[in-house]
Amino acid sequence: MSKMCECVEKKIREEVREIMKPYKQEKDNLIQILNEIQEKYGYIPKAAQMEVSEYLGVPMAEIYGVITFYARFTLEPKGKYNVSVCLGTACFVKGSQAILDRLKERLKLEEGKTSEDGKFSIDTTRCVGACGIAPVFTVNDEVYGHATVKKLDEVLDELEKNEK
Amino acid sequence: MKTIEELNKIRAEKRIELDLRKNTNADTREKHILVCQGTGCTSSKSPQILENFKKIIEEKGIQNVRVIKTGCFGLCAKGPIVIIRPEDTFYAMVTPDDCEEIIQSHIVEGKVVERLLCKDIDGTKVTKLDDLTFYKKQKRIALKNCGVINPEDIDEYIAFDGYRALARVLVEMNSDEVIETIEKSGLRGRGGAGFPTGKKWRATRDAKGDKKYVVCNADEGDPGAFMDRSILEGDPHAVLEAMEIAGYAVGAEKGYIYVRAEYPIAVHRLQIAIDQAREYGILGKNIFGTNFSFDIEIRLGAGAFVCGEETALLESIEGRRGQPRVKPPYPAQSGLWGCPTLINNVETYANIAQIILKGADWYSSIGTATSKGTKVFALGGNVNNVGLVEVPMGTTLREIVFDIGGGIPNGREFKAAQTGGPSGGCIPKEHLDTPIDYESLKEIGSMMGSGGLIVMDDTKCMVCLAKFYLQFTVSESCGKCTPCRIGTKRMLEILERLCSGEGEEYDIYRLEKLAANIKKASICGLGQSAPNPVISTMKYFREEFRQHAIEKECKAMECKALSRIEIDEDQCKACGLCQRNCPVNAIEGEGREKRHINQDKCIKCMTCIRSCPFHAIG
Ligand SMILES: Cc1cc2nc3c(=O)[nH]c(=O)nc-3n(C[C@H](O)[C@H](O)[C@H](O)COP(=O)(O)O)c2cc1C
Ligand code: SF4
Ligand code: SF4
Ligand code: FES
Ligand code: FES
Repeated sequence: MSKMCECVEKKIREEVREIMKPYKQEKDNLIQILNEIQEKYGYIPKAAQMEVSEYLGVPMAEIYGVITFYARFTLEPKGKYNVSVCLGTACFVKGSQAILDRLKERLKLEEGKTSEDGKFSIDTTRCVGACGIAPVFTVNDEVYGHATVKKLDEVLDELEKNEK
Repeated sequence: MKTIEELNKIRAEKRIELDLRKNTNADTREKHILVCQGTGCTSSKSPQILENFKKIIEEKGIQNVRVIKTGCFGLCAKGPIVIIRPEDTFYAMVTPDDCEEIIQSHIVEGKVVERLLCKDIDGTKVTKLDDLTFYKKQKRIALKNCGVINPEDIDEYIAFDGYRALARVLVEMNSDEVIETIEKSGLRGRGGAGFPTGKKWRATRDAKGDKKYVVCNADEGDPGAFMDRSILEGDPHAVLEAMEIAGYAVGAEKGYIYVRAEYPIAVHRLQIAIDQAREYGILGKNIFGTNFSFDIEIRLGAGAFVCGEETALLESIEGRRGQPRVKPPYPAQSGLWGCPTLINNVETYANIAQIILKGADWYSSIGTATSKGTKVFALGGNVNNVGLVEVPMGTTLREIVFDIGGGIPNGREFKAAQTGGPSGGCIPKEHLDTPIDYESLKEIGSMMGSGGLIVMDDTKCMVCLAKFYLQFTVSESCGKCTPCRIGTKRMLEILERLCSGEGEEYDIYRLEKLAANIKKASICGLGQSAPNPVISTMKYFREEFRQHAIEKECKAMECKALSRIEIDEDQCKACGLCQRNCPVNAIEGEGREKRHINQDKCIKCMTCIRSCPFHAIG
């Protein structure tokens, strides 16, 4: 990723300081704070990690260790459209693997990666709670139930058209 | 700050107002429109349905009708669900556009909207929720308030005996009496292992330490299971009340709920519940004027399955990577920050207040000799009524799948069910009549687990299923133990070979050997149980493993490399449906010609198989 310009870095640091305000400077708040940062930016920027490290007095290496341990935390920004296929058991049994395979084939991307133009990224989740309408994939917050390869194609066609 | 008298007063008043929620003959002119706001229905637009109802009622100036948000009703497959009380009319698969008609026809003209009624197994339309076969065999204890109350209103919880058990415990019982009651009830942990709950409470109470903690495990890691989420979304106060009772019994003043950040609705409702309870003085200092104080905080998990394991969960609450600790010492002796800590699962807690109010004898009269009470299952996969069910222990799998679950869709056959998720095993047809309890499931090579129950029909390949679970454990192993980290990877590689046609007969023995090693040499339950799905599928479906290894054939046609999808010319009626549905135009032939599949183009998505009305493709 390209180096972040200083003003962006400064802005992130300020925002993160704001996020951390309600939290006491105690180590056990680390995961809570990282969750909020992930929520806000869609990933955990380096500048944010530095700010957290200073505030909680936790070394950068340890913060990195925690981020990489938990699946929800990511070090790379997600695409404008984050397409995520549910691989929970209920969805798997109803054929979600075929949907994921198709998604990877169409976007020519691997799981967890973002396209170079920043438009699309592929994710997998484990049960989004919509097992009743399995199999399920999501585009950002929108849930598509009773999914088929065909339905995925239609949704992607639509998104690609919007981007033209 | 509320006193017990004030609590009683709220209950008495609210109970009359809410009588219509449980009594179809309630003497009232009011109607309540209950709209499910569980995660399942929410993802198919139920928040908009709720808003539409409110708007229409206001626009039309209709009196005596209230729109209420509730948690999950259980029959998620038929969602979004709307129920009208007191008459108990059950509307299924409602869309935001249906609201107008429901209000005009049902509320204004008093006519049931036939087209939105739900069909029962035998195809008849059913008006009342209680008349559906899905509900008839259930017994609701942990879920008693789900779908009945508004989870964001503490008064509604109080109306149905909420916080009454806490009041009784604080005023009438000492710690010993509480623990004895829980012990006598026979309640066992619902998080998976089934450890006797009362015994755990006693161990924590008896452990030395000035400071003690109570923790609720709401990490619910089994993918495709949503029992705990639904309880938190539908009845969060039940968990808070039970944690307070536990705190009183073991001598703790602080509780933590560790819940997955992936459950935003549950987290939101829990926070509302905590805030409301604090406002009423039911959480905080000197509860009900006694000298008992207790407070609860939420801690978010961040998507690591191993954090459901109790000691990993403690590590995570303390802000670290969630790697399990070596046991003993158990959390009851040395848990959070080295203090004695009681950890129970959400559903375990959801039973506590009922046991206190109705007594240990009542609870232990339900269930089997060794497993008392009920169990909530998240029924999913190839079954008609995907959803949440609560049944007495000892109910058979057949009753759950075929009566409550409504059987297998698309005229397919039952092949197996999986309980216990990635730590459990599969149950084949020949064991459908086993009464479900902790012991009987273990005997047949599976386990109770936390309640995920996935049904598979005859189009499912068991080698693929085993591979699926192994993929899960490989990506979730925390890496601390070599056998778990490396061994599961080896097993996965073998399963991948089998599924891609590169396996050999000896691979089956390799799997068995690796499985035994991993089970023996891992420190936590994740590693110890990771081989289970493989062991049990090999036990019951060995022939299928052999076919993959030797004949290079996948009869279920799930393994793409081992299957060809073909059209049976004799059965094809040339309707062309498959062709229109095929996403890659692999099906050739025009007009009245029989169709055939171009194998070079076919991606084996199976869409055509499902779309052929004459079952000509296989
Ligand atoms: C790998 C692993 C994952 C677990 N996941 C969960 C979970 O998601 N929820 C849960 O309540 N218990 C889970 N457990 C069981 C807990 O370690 C613990 O036994 C349980 O929370 C105790 O509560 P109970 O006695 O009320 O069941 C898991 C155990 C293991 C080994
Ligand atoms: S068994 Fe696996 S998950 Fe458990 S501690 Fe060892 S490496 Fe970690
Ligand atoms: S859907 Fe079935 S009957 Fe119709 S053309 Fe295809 S194979 Fe033939
Ligand atoms: S398993 Fe996919 S939504 Fe539950
Ligand atoms: S989420 Fe609505 S019925 Fe389950």
